Amino acid sequence: MELSEIIRPENLVYDKPGLMNDTPMHYCPGCSHGVIHKLIAEVIEEMGMEEQTIGVSPVGCAVFAYNYIDIDWVEAAHGRAPAVATALKRLNREKMVFTYQGDGDLAAIGTAETIHAVNRGENIVIVFVNNAIYGMTGGQMAPTTLEGMSTATCPYGRQTDLNGYPLKIADLLAQLEGACMVTRQSVQTAAAVKKAKKTLRKAFENSMEGKGTSVVEFVSTCSSGWKMTPVQSNQWMESNMFPFYTLGDLKNR
Amino acid sequence: MEEIKLMKGNEAIAHAAIRYGADGYFGYPITPQSEIMETLMAEMPWETTGMVVLQAESEVAAINMVYGGAASGKRAMTSSSSPGISLKLEGISYIAGAELPCLIVNVMRGGPGLGTIQPSQADYFQTVKGGGHGDYRLITLAPYSVQEMADFVALGFDLAFKYSNPSMILADGIIGQMMEKVVLPPYRPRKTEAEIRLESPWATQGRLKGNKVNVVTSLELDPALMEENNNRFQAKYRRIEETEVLYEEFCCEDAQYLLIAFGSSARICQKTVELARSEGLRVGLLRPITLWPFPKKAIESYASCVKGMLSVELNAGQMVEDVRLAVNGKVKVEHFGRLGGIVFTPDEILIALKEKIL
Repeated sequence: MELSEIIRPENLVYDKPGLMNDTPMHYCPGCSHGVIHKLIAEVIEEMGMEEQTIGVSPVGCAVFAYNYIDIDWVEAAHGRAPAVATALKRLNREKMVFTYQGDGDLAAIGTAETIHAVNRGENIVIVFVNNAIYGMTGGQMAPTTLEGMSTATCPYGRQTDLNGYPLKIADLLAQLEGACMVTRQSVQTAAAVKKAKKTLRKAFENSMEGKGTSVVEFVSTCSSGWKMTPVQSNQWMESNMFPFYTLGDLKNR
Repeated sequence: MEEIKLMKGNEAIAHAAIRYGADGYFGYPITPQSEIMETLMAEMPWETTGMVVLQAESEVAAINMVYGGAASGKRAMTSSSSPGISLKLEGISYIAGAELPCLIVNVMRGGPGLGTIQPSQADYFQTVKGGGHGDYRLITLAPYSVQEMADFVALGFDLAFKYSNPSMILADGIIGQMMEKVVLPPYRPRKTEAEIRLESPWATQGRLKGNKVNVVTSLELDPALMEENNNRFQAKYRRIEETEVLYEEFCCEDAQYLLIAFGSSARICQKTVELARSEGLRVGLLRPITLWPFPKKAIESYASCVKGMLSVELNAGQMVEDVRLAVNGKVKVEHFGRLGGIVFTPDEILIALKEKIL
């Protein structure tokens, strides 16, 4: 059988979204970022918003998100993406604006910007990738690092008397009146990816309907930082991250 | 017909911004400049020109909102006073590094630290030498009247867009708080999306099919490319230094002694010049209007014809260093200043001139 006979529209089960370019990704094998990037590209495309979307990339592993999805991007300073997105959206109301942030960016250095953007009900989407570690700088402790979990800056495990407690920032954001949707998703299985995509689409629709801020947290893996294989990472995430960072909608109105 | 109004310098900034067709103001309250945002909120320009006014959660957030707005090609601005500007410097460095145009207003107060709410000019170094990290320059305009507070909004934005570089209006508590008559500029319409795409093809307005992606960033990990970026910035800074210097001379033609002062100090020095001349002392005043680019050629040209220069500043001696660099030892240059929010009188300056220069 020829390849062209196999790849027919009705047989196609996987395709690269048009907005994703061919730049080789810098993400490690097993990292969740690639899948999440793809979902964002798919949703923008399916909504027909390619020409109206502006993304704000963070400081962290996703700093180069702008190299992979062919939309207009603004690269923000560490933690400041929600403030950058606030002005992008307020000064360009007909555009679709989202931030893409990691746990350090969103829940440590950018806590104030995150809380206040959500509290104002900015009509943006905040995509939050929580892998409980600082990947880009070499695996240091994040605000979301689990109790007892080892990182480069808590090599003997996170101790609450020294480092405080892992921060459930999504739970906190869900309390804010400006948030219309706060949800925790994951992308480690095909079923999870499918569900996450549906949620992400709703979030982007919310932003265009003026309903307020949508926060989509992706509980994610960091094979390199966690020093595990991709398979081990997924298993570790399911047995350690999911019991603490419970999946599902915290708010959806 | 000209509209002449009586108002504070801070209020003039707000009215001028609306009339200029600014798209967005993002600020955080701090004395002595809070009237800027208060006036904007009271005027409600979102209902007339469509200008957005937003009180941010911090100075840090406000400058990053300016970064976001400027990235999309909009005319975005913020204002603050010294401690708040310190907080904004991270963002200012990013804006300079991403080559975005915007307007920042600093109504200076005495420092360091929380300092005082009284006027000062102690942020000269911070403004013209960098302040934030990296080799960048801010186009710096120093108003000495309420009229110039109004006029420099348009000038600041225009220069910012001409060079894709942040501009700063460096005022102080006196200029911000004092009331004077002012002729407000006429209303100009805000730019449409089509005009922005034409004027700023780099702006993140959404990527149209067939166009290349616009990415606004200050990041470049390849040192060879980062050096190229820096060389481009430096070439731009040299062009600005060659073409955009502004200064004013007051009684300089026959001057034997030169006062050099900017902003409110220049205003006070005008009186000193009158006092000196009434005593038969031929004193002139050179007022830098752009602090960066600094009028070094103009100052140098006086080095051979005056007997001495006194740099009069509300700080411990900052601009005096640039004056000395300009004359390069050809003439005596001294500094006179008051600190911590104390403002000198014209007599004090004349006494200092006699003691230090004559």
